[in-house]
Amino acid sequence: MPVPRLGIICIGLILLWQAVVWITQVPPYILPPPKSVVLALMDHGPELLGHAGITLIEILAGLTIGTIFGAGSALLMMISRGTKHWIMPVLVISQAIPVFALAPLLVLWLGYGLSSKIAMAVLIIFFPVTAAFYDGLRSTEPQWLELARVMDAPPHAVLREIRIPAALPALASGLRVATAVAPIGAVVGEWVGSSAGLGFYMLHANARMQIDMMFAALALLSAMALILYFIADAGLRRLIFWQTEQEGTVR
Amino acid sequence: MSLQIDKTTAQLTVSTAPEISIEHLTFGHADQLLFKDFSFTVAAGQWTCLLGPSGCGKSTLLRMISGSLTQGVAGRIQFSGQPRMRGQAAWMAQKDLLLPWLSVLENVLLGARLRGTLCAGHRQRALELLEAVGLGDHTQALPDSLSGGMRQRAALLRTLMEKRPVILMDEPFSALDALTRLKLQNLAARLVKGATVLLVTHDPWEALRIGHRIYIMKERPVRLSRVFLPPGTPPRSPDREEIASMYAQLLAQLVEKRN
Repeated sequence: MPVPRLGIICIGLILLWQAVVWITQVPPYILPPPKSVVLALMDHGPELLGHAGITLIEILAGLTIGTIFGAGSALLMMISRGTKHWIMPVLVISQAIPVFALAPLLVLWLGYGLSSKIAMAVLIIFFPVTAAFYDGLRSTEPQWLELARVMDAPPHAVLREIRIPAALPALASGLRVATAVAPIGAVVGEWVGSSAGLGFYMLHANARMQIDMMFAALALLSAMALILYFIADAGLRRLIFWQTEQEGTVR
Repeated sequence: MSLQIDKTTAQLTVSTAPEISIEHLTFGHADQLLFKDFSFTVAAGQWTCLLGPSGCGKSTLLRMISGSLTQGVAGRIQFSGQPRMRGQAAWMAQKDLLLPWLSVLENVLLGARLRGTLCAGHRQRALELLEAVGLGDHTQALPDSLSGGMRQRAALLRTLMEKRPVILMDEPFSALDALTRLKLQNLAARLVKGATVLLVTHDPWEALRIGHRIYIMKERPVRLSRVFLPPGTPPRSPDREEIASMYAQLLAQLVEKRN
């Protein structure tokens, strides 16, 4: 029962927040009470939703492109050892350079629009997706491969029928991580340079000391990330229909 | 290598099963060879059982015969005097190795599916076999929803669908409970007739129930005992006196070897 539990956790967090406000008597421009954030959410609803839509597009595009690149490079590395020796260093380098440090460059190169944020999200999720899928492809049950060998199966059939399906649970955990971190990429991209999106809105509100609006944007972003994660999780469960609940994954 | 399935009994008959001759086989680390100049002939068209404890090299021998293990193997393995070719051997392991994302039917058809030769005839034959072994209601089920015995029955059919003249079995029934094992042994003995079967096991009863010829494997380097030829046709029932006395002999040899 994930939804009631999630609701309880959210309510608990909001109560804790309210308690901190009461106890510390912190001024509202430092930490606004939950009520004023809710009011800000309602007052600026349409505007916020517009920005949220932009951020959502960036996240979804980043996830799609990053997954295609990530899964593709894992497959390439699996198929040919030669390409593995070339892709692996690229992967390591892509992780060694802090992606956030690249954000200003990406904005410079790709402009203030969507593409620099999508690129950020792609860069952030590329490694977890590739690493998870590649590990999955490599760790196929050896006896399945032996069975296929005795059956005189050609390598492409082994890849298609055994290795890839067997690696899907591993790819799924990579994708869950990707879904959780892709919003970070998009928002960081928006902070560095943009004219729309929740990240932009937060920065803007912060500069004008509209802390309640900043919190409203933050709440919306968290809600979006959560919903995205649960949709992805449900979709992946359906894709990997044979995996039983007890072996299952984080809920 | 023609093969027919009798529809009423779903029995499999392979007309030209080869004899497997293993000559001067050497394998293992130089300081402690697992096989050293090992020679052995598996009789054509019969069930030969190799009896020995886990880790004595039984599985390794099967892998060398199936061709999955060739690296570091010296010596010669021939099928009826010819070098081993593709498509001659099928392999059945202790684990059923059913792919969890394929239905029972698809798993039974795995070989043809992997080779890209799947046709309606295969499907028809697989359905008949599944019906004959009592899995007719579970053809579309996923393996995880079946019991261990049902899964191993499906694995047996997958092995039979390969229509290979040589069948290599690596403790195929040892993970099952006693009653299920008994049923599976009967089923296997009934369905596989005429193929050259090499079955390795650590269970003397199993060898006595379904083997035409039984050898005890002694390890490092591997040597075989004299052949035991249990009387009668398999599957035998263990209540006969000769079988019981042969069981005692086999057990005595197995125990003696360990000391």
